[in-house]
Amino acid sequence: MKITIETVEHVANLARLYLSEDEKAEMAQKLNSILDYMEKLNELDTSNVPPTAHIIPVKNVFREDVVRESLPREEALRNAPEKERGFFKVPRIIED
Amino acid sequence: MEFETVIGLEVHVELLTKSKIFCGCTTEFGGEVNTHCCPVCLGMPGVLPVANKKAVEYAIKAALALNCEIAEFSKFDRKNYFYPDLPKAYQISQYDLPLARKGYIEIEVDGGVKRIGINRVHLEEDAGKLVHEEGKGYSLVDLNRTGVPLIEIVSEPDIRTPEEAWLYLNKLKTILQYIEVSDCKMEEGSLRCDTNISLRPKGSDKFGTKVELKNLGSFRAVRRSLEYEERRQREILEQGGAIVQETRRWDEARGITIPLRSKEEAHDYRYFPDPDLVPIVIDREWVEELKSGLPELPDARKKRYVEEYGLPAYDAEVITASKALADFFEKCVSQYHDPKTVSNWVMSEMLGILNETGREIDEVPFEPEHLVKMLKMIDDGTISGKIAKEVFREMFDTGKDPEAIVREKGLVQISNEKELEKIAKKVIEENPKSVEDYRNGKEKAIGFLVGQVMKETRGKANPQLVNKILKELLN
Repeated sequence: MKITIETVEHVANLARLYLSEDEKAEMAQKLNSILDYMEKLNELDTSNVPPTAHIIPVKNVFREDVVRESLPREEALRNAPEKERGFFKVPRIIED
Repeated sequence: MEFETVIGLEVHVELLTKSKIFCGCTTEFGGEVNTHCCPVCLGMPGVLPVANKKAVEYAIKAALALNCEIAEFSKFDRKNYFYPDLPKAYQISQYDLPLARKGYIEIEVDGGVKRIGINRVHLEEDAGKLVHEEGKGYSLVDLNRTGVPLIEIVSEPDIRTPEEAWLYLNKLKTILQYIEVSDCKMEEGSLRCDTNISLRPKGSDKFGTKVELKNLGSFRAVRRSLEYEERRQREILEQGGAIVQETRRWDEARGITIPLRSKEEAHDYRYFPDPDLVPIVIDREWVEELKSGLPELPDARKKRYVEEYGLPAYDAEVITASKALADFFEKCVSQYHDPKTVSNWVMSEMLGILNETGREIDEVPFEPEHLVKMLKMIDDGTISGKIAKEVFREMFDTGKDPEAIVREKGLVQISNEKELEKIAKKVIEENPKSVEDYRNGKEKAIGFLVGQVMKETRGKANPQLVNKILKELLN
């Protein structure tokens, strides 16, 4: 698969990244070289290797269902650029 | 042309854990805005989520009760999208390796049993709540609910009518309440349902273009919106039109569905395994342990009520539809000889008053023992069946022992022959016409006279005795 400028624009948009024309071209080239490297890896026969979901051999790490104290509200809201009556305030989201 | 409707349901259910799925914040409903939050559920950089074992176990129990196959290996994935109810800009969910697959629920349709397949059950975290105030240029966000554990239950497109969808939801809710993994309160958002519906020519095995329905606030809304949408799509197809694949919103007040204009572009979630959370490996032993802890499920219980207690299938269905009600019923039956009598009282009087007052079964203020005591008072003639209804209502209002109510209100049945004879004589004197009718062979006239005696005693007379006395006096 070849990464086109359109693909870069689509992915950048999904990630809310704003790229200049130069950056888009650079990104397309870099992503293509990554994909080329993946192609190289594809030369290996992996038909007997299970897909890797995780790279560390650890499983079933759990916590018990115990309630711990939450943050005081002013702490929770401290990084928020805007707030109102204890809520985070964000640009209006129109649902209908 | 004849059409066939194809419906699939996607149900989200909040699990009844005390703490959130990946952090120790409380899951309690209705706290002060943004007070059940910590760095993990706020999506602060550098934090490490750790899965709540109980949430995993509840999800496995739910999947088992829904006859699913539990995956030996499953993992969490990140579902990426920007929306302000999601502070991390991704939701932790499960994508290609869900916790469980291939289950089913059985519903009763036209006297037969129909199996509705369940495609998958997976674990994920809930999102926060957005508040949009009228006429304001902004939205407000409360993240208390962010990170509350959810299971998503996706049905197969096996549902053919809105009625079946309604039955499926009710059965699902009953099962989840039985195993006590969720309270399934739609009004508190602990059960939410989206549907999709399409029509196709009868006999076709291809699916038609589907429409997704949202904003369904009750089971009734689910049924009504599907009925509306079925009609709307049929009309379009009959006129040779084409269905647009889209998401539509149910407008409860107007009883119609309208296209949802969403700012969101076509979803491209770019799922990938969450590197912060290690895989869940579920061995047979763990599954067996959880399976053995499951209570008797509604279908099994219903069958037992019919076989063991001799209840009509209808009674068994109604009573087992709620675990709390069935538990109440069974406690009564363990202390009383006639299950059908208990069933009659529970189904007509008890459910009647609950419906009338909008209360839940766990709000019944008296114990099963009290109902049993009252039934025994009818049996031994202390009170009449009619007075018992009055006593029962009083038990509901005050939670008092039926014996105390009968004593305080002077409701003891009058079985004193002399006393009743006196009243009967008076009634005979006052109603010569009925007396004459009776003597002329109109047997029914005695019913009127019995009624008059009951009226005189304000329902406290023993009706069998009154009948006997009147007959003796008149013959």
